[in-house]
Amino acid sequence: MKQVQRVVTVIIFLFLYIPILLLAVASFNSGSDPAAFKSFTFHNYSALFHDHFLLPLLGNSLIVAVTASVCAMILGTLAALGIHAMNKTPRRLALGLANIPLMNPDIVTGVSLALLFAFVGQLLKTNHILGFATLLIAHITFGLPYIILSVMPKLTQMDPSLTDAALDLGCRPIQAFFKVTLPELTSSIAAGFLMAFAMSLDDFVISYFVFGPTFVTLPVEIYNYTKKPLPPKIYALFTLLFLAILVVMVLMNLLQARDARQERRRRQHGM
Amino acid sequence: MKKRVLPLFSAVLLLALLVLPLGAAAAPENDENITINVYNWGQYISDGTDGYIDVNRAFTEATGIQVNYTTYDTNESMYTKLKTGGATYDVIIPSDYMIARLIDEDMLRPLNFDNIPNYKYIDNAFLNTDYDPDNIYSVPYTWGTVGIIYNTAYVDEADTGSWDLLWNSKYSGKILMFDNCRDAFGIAELSLGYSLNTNDPDELRDAAELLKAQQPLVQSYVMDQIFETMEREEAWIAPYYAGDFLLMYKENDKLGFYFPEEGFNIFIDAMCIPKTSQHPEAAEAYINFLCDPKISAENLEYLGYATPMTEAKQYMDPEMTTSEVVYPTEETLARGESFLVLDREATQLMDELWLDVKTDGGSISTGTIIAIVVIILAIAMVFVTRKVRRKR
Amino acid sequence: MRNRFLATPYLIWMILFVLVPLAVVVYFAFTDVNSGALTLHNIARMGNYLSIFIKSIWLALVSAVICLVVGYPVAYFIAKAPAGLQRFLLMLIILPMCISFLLRTMAWVSLLEDTGVINNFLGMLGIGPLPLIRNNAAIVLGMVYNYLPYMILPLYTVLEKMDPRLIEAAQDLGCDDMQVFTKVTLPMSAPGIVSGITMVFVPAVSTFYISKKLGGTDAALIGDVIESQFKAAYNPNFGAALSLVLMILIFICIGLTNRVSGDEKGAMLV
Repeated sequence: MKQVQRVVTVIIFLFLYIPILLLAVASFNSGSDPAAFKSFTFHNYSALFHDHFLLPLLGNSLIVAVTASVCAMILGTLAALGIHAMNKTPRRLALGLANIPLMNPDIVTGVSLALLFAFVGQLLKTNHILGFATLLIAHITFGLPYIILSVMPKLTQMDPSLTDAALDLGCRPIQAFFKVTLPELTSSIAAGFLMAFAMSLDDFVISYFVFGPTFVTLPVEIYNYTKKPLPPKIYALFTLLFLAILVVMVLMNLLQARDARQERRRRQHGM
Repeated sequence: MKKRVLPLFSAVLLLALLVLPLGAAAAPENDENITINVYNWGQYISDGTDGYIDVNRAFTEATGIQVNYTTYDTNESMYTKLKTGGATYDVIIPSDYMIARLIDEDMLRPLNFDNIPNYKYIDNAFLNTDYDPDNIYSVPYTWGTVGIIYNTAYVDEADTGSWDLLWNSKYSGKILMFDNCRDAFGIAELSLGYSLNTNDPDELRDAAELLKAQQPLVQSYVMDQIFETMEREEAWIAPYYAGDFLLMYKENDKLGFYFPEEGFNIFIDAMCIPKTSQHPEAAEAYINFLCDPKISAENLEYLGYATPMTEAKQYMDPEMTTSEVVYPTEETLARGESFLVLDREATQLMDELWLDVKTDGGSISTGTIIAIVVIILAIAMVFVTRKVRRKR
Repeated sequence: MRNRFLATPYLIWMILFVLVPLAVVVYFAFTDVNSGALTLHNIARMGNYLSIFIKSIWLALVSAVICLVVGYPVAYFIAKAPAGLQRFLLMLIILPMCISFLLRTMAWVSLLEDTGVINNFLGMLGIGPLPLIRNNAAIVLGMVYNYLPYMILPLYTVLEKMDPRLIEAAQDLGCDDMQVFTKVTLPMSAPGIVSGITMVFVPAVSTFYISKKLGGTDAALIGDVIESQFKAAYNPNFGAALSLVLMILIFICIGLTNRVSGDEKGAMLV
């Protein structure tokens, strides 16, 4: 049984990483076709560093993704706590709301938000409503459900008597939250945050309709590359991005592991 | 516990901060400078790749006007964006029939040609076009033709010459087709001997039937994917823009090109200023800059499409300017026809028919549907009974 | 902090940016594209596309089930791994999602084509080109690839929380491995299964890029049709009507899944 699991896991990880490996190989290819390797070159990387169009767009993407997922994380965690305290019917309704952005095809979300923004723009008598703010609002909106979906189950699994105990021991509610509830939720908040971040970094459908002339993200631009073959420096760009995120995640992991160790040690000493 | 969240935050923020300066550089907000919003096709301007000119940067250096440059993937999605509102653009570069539609719907602003002195270089052949007969709203950016690209190693020379090659069942599964309603219908109409611009519902239906008949032979409906697919010989036959043939030929010299005898489409993409533009003068300066023969030459050499200015050809690679694929002879050009805007009813009918073509044959058989329904019902039954039992 | 007012900002946000736009969609679905007059024409046209609806739902369902079958052992393996490894593996599951979905799908095209990487490799071994692309199986592969992480994460969450003493108890009571799995592990992970199935199924139904690149010429899915109405045909009214019907169908499907799980917790995840 264990053996089967291990084999399946290895196969699945191979499956998940084969296309990424292909992209990484393509970034060293002198031709532009990822399926036909011509010769090895660093040219795509030097072309990437001389490019002053794609890199700023990647910057834009990261700015939107980070801001949107942080906002969604705060808003979503608060919401999960609030929803948890609700009675059955309002709770169902509030959770149902979170499902709508998931169920709507992205393009419909995008167009309907764009229509809303344009309408508000008319009210405000401005022609420039589309821009960073609208992009951010859209990204927060589709990121929120992921936070709520991953925090809610943990919250319901949590033993309510823990918080009660903290309160009995003289904690103020806010202290009880930071000392008891939040630590329990960290991992599920982090999982939701990462999902929202990845979704936001990768979105091009909704973004297409709500971006303005002053601020556009990388995936939107790449989707519009319909005239010529994709320039291979894009493969170089994503290979580097992949490595950067990998490094950040590994660092995060190490820090978490260290934290966990310290926590354990402290507890042992305390007891 | 806060400690655990903090490293996560700081790490991600660090990553963002690293690229923040780059992002800030992308949208410089400067009060004394005018900034124009240019909205163009993706990959449709020389952007400094491979040592070619970076047109937008050169324009800013020459005039001090900043450019916000964003892109779209089809004429129609550009139209959707303009129509939805919320943002204004100063320069757009749509194709002929879309320009006619925008003029029709009063969405374009008449140009002030005093600000576009380079307009004089535009060849007479590209003035008084059908889409803008009085030369009020548009200045040609580039033009081109549509023909058939085929692989000489696999395709019998005797089968070539006409659009019928796209319906030749000998090459079933190796044929590509435009993933674009207007171009696909154009080809079907030409091979039926109709006009590219027919508004006749019956003729449109005939064309749709022909496209449906072609569907099983087609490998896929593509746009940009065509390059690698043809170069790698995954497919052998494709209708596409003549300018792009030269790019593909560089990678695979077994490829050939011809203009079908029934006629073909000539397209012109032209620069226009939307009615809502905030800086029309700066926009005209931009249009003027792109009409500079030297700039046009460098820009279009990178793109591989034809320039509407004879004056520009002297600065271009002679291999390209003498190519009869990019610049067909007068005699060949006489067979060409350009797209015009269709009636609203015809446009809608064409869109509906195109959807039918794309979804034809995709329907699963009645048997499968019944099977699926039965399975779903069975599952539902199992759980309903189980629930009932549990309740008892 | 059991204070339901904490959800207020969220509720306001969702009403503004989800419900109001949704109302716009409903309004569009029932108005005519030319005149703007109220009409049922858009909904009536739907009949022609019934088979596409069914096909899209079917392919998404198959993908969700495959995700479940292959994702379950992976989630189980991760959940039972030592804490450090657990975090690392989870990270590896999420990481591919950060790379452009467009590029990853295009990478699959390059892998699967007749002259693509896999068939070239097989060709060297003397095996003729296999029809790996431009069929429904390729679409399902694309969907599974893209949405598998959404299955593994919720499964992992429930499996990780499961008390190992329950399994021991079942074993002590004489259950064999299979019985332990069907009587203890599987029912306990029901909420995760429901939430995973939903998170894979829902976006997969309305996906449009995957079928375009990996499917055959007859493979248009409902997502493609909706996309074309907004981006190519400029008939947002019909597009809105299609997506409204799609939403209702998804609602029904989710309702069914919730019935299936029969579990209050499962229903909440969705």
